[in-house]
Amino acid sequence: MTLVVEQPGLLSLVQDRGRPNLGDLGVSPSGAFDRTALRQVNVLLGNDLADAAIEVLGGGLLLRAEEATVCAITGGVGPITVDGDPAPYGRALRLQPGQRLAIGPPTSGLRTYLGVLGGLSITAELGSCSSDTLAGLGPAPLKAGDRLDTGPHHPVPDLEDIPPLGRTGELTLDVIVGPRDDWFAADSVRQLLESRWEVGSASDRIGVRLSGPTLERTRSEELPSEPCVRGSIQVTADGQPIVFGPDHPVTGGYPVIAVVVDAHTDRLAQARPGQAVRFRRRPTP
Amino acid sequence: MKLRPYGDTALLVDCESLEEAQGWYAALCDHVPAVLGARTVLLRGVPSDLRTLVARTSPTAPGTSPATQTVEIPVTYDGVDLDEVARLTGLPATGVIEAHTASTWTVAFGGFAPGFCYLVGGDPRLVVPRRDSPRARVPAGSVGLAGEFSGVYPRESPGGWQLIGHTTLAMWDSRRDEPALLVAGMTVRFTVAS
Repeated sequence: MTLVVEQPGLLSLVQDRGRPNLGDLGVSPSGAFDRTALRQVNVLLGNDLADAAIEVLGGGLLLRAEEATVCAITGGVGPITVDGDPAPYGRALRLQPGQRLAIGPPTSGLRTYLGVLGGLSITAELGSCSSDTLAGLGPAPLKAGDRLDTGPHHPVPDLEDIPPLGRTGELTLDVIVGPRDDWFAADSVRQLLESRWEVGSASDRIGVRLSGPTLERTRSEELPSEPCVRGSIQVTADGQPIVFGPDHPVTGGYPVIAVVVDAHTDRLAQARPGQAVRFRRRPTP
Repeated sequence: MKLRPYGDTALLVDCESLEEAQGWYAALCDHVPAVLGARTVLLRGVPSDLRTLVARTSPTAPGTSPATQTVEIPVTYDGVDLDEVARLTGLPATGVIEAHTASTWTVAFGGFAPGFCYLVGGDPRLVVPRRDSPRARVPAGSVGLAGEFSGVYPRESPGGWQLIGHTTLAMWDSRRDEPALLVAGMTVRFTVAS
């Protein structure tokens, strides 16, 4: 079963669960930024949870079905149409041969996930089909004319719709302070936790850049490079935080003041430029 | 050695030296996913379990490393930060190039990106700070300096190192049997590309 890309949109990437635990080779986890949305789309279709889907940044994807197929859409919420007619979010959609599916720019969230029945049939690199935008691993971003083959069809489960995300307004993320909070003035740790941070437009899958008060360091020497995780809040020399996303560098040389708890990092996938973020302290485990 | 919190899925083993970190990495990497840094080892898992594991573990004594392979990397010294490095080190640009090519570098550890390695053992006069704010795009093959390290960017990426030149050697290629050109323990010599 084949889908043809007619318009790729701003940035449409193949993503699955990524390449965990290859950090000692210098390989980032990559994978879907919003893992919940990937899981939901595969559940709706009765796919294997390891199947790859398409992560669409900012909408604009237009696909044509060459054969009858079934797909589903989760994550960021925006207009969805099949041959121009509105189609539902969070539900298995049947496409007839020749029909065009369009995913418009989200009005809530930022990244929309398109899954297809049977998953995408793509050759894995280092065990995953994910595009790692920093490392250049996995397939290139979708472009017009790409043909996407899907795996074999299987019965579609009869499930309730998945309700759309309601992620507008201020985003609150739990953090665990450290490991390098002692490199900052006590007041800066307080500022991290009490300030309203604004998501910057230069944010991407490598890191979400935040702007707000300058976080002052008390130690000016270089930090010997140390390993990072998805959710590390690194503070660059200009005093502004970057929260690492799935394609983060495996090691970094700026001090990490705190780390976003793993389950809350998916929320950052849907944080739009200009949206407000607040951090809430969780006790050290 | 000190343990530092690292979110809810990891723990950081913070050491006094690279050698101490290597000892902890060697003792722990077969038990849990681990990544080595310059002075640190990041362990992945439930933090309380990791604390228990570390408490029951002793670092491996530094072993004798096997005979190492030497890799020669030809560099065109045309980096955008070459003049800034000259200013920071007090050396003329030609002196920076001489110090970089005269050093016998050793691959300490990987990280940052596939095929990126931190090289140590350089001329101590070449120790320079990172840039105040990382560049959004550093071209593939860029040769940089940061702190005590030198390294080569395997592909275009963001980066905060001071760039002194570039090479056309591929540092990483997933299609090769060994995707990474450099692995920990190798010796590296930089030469002036003809």
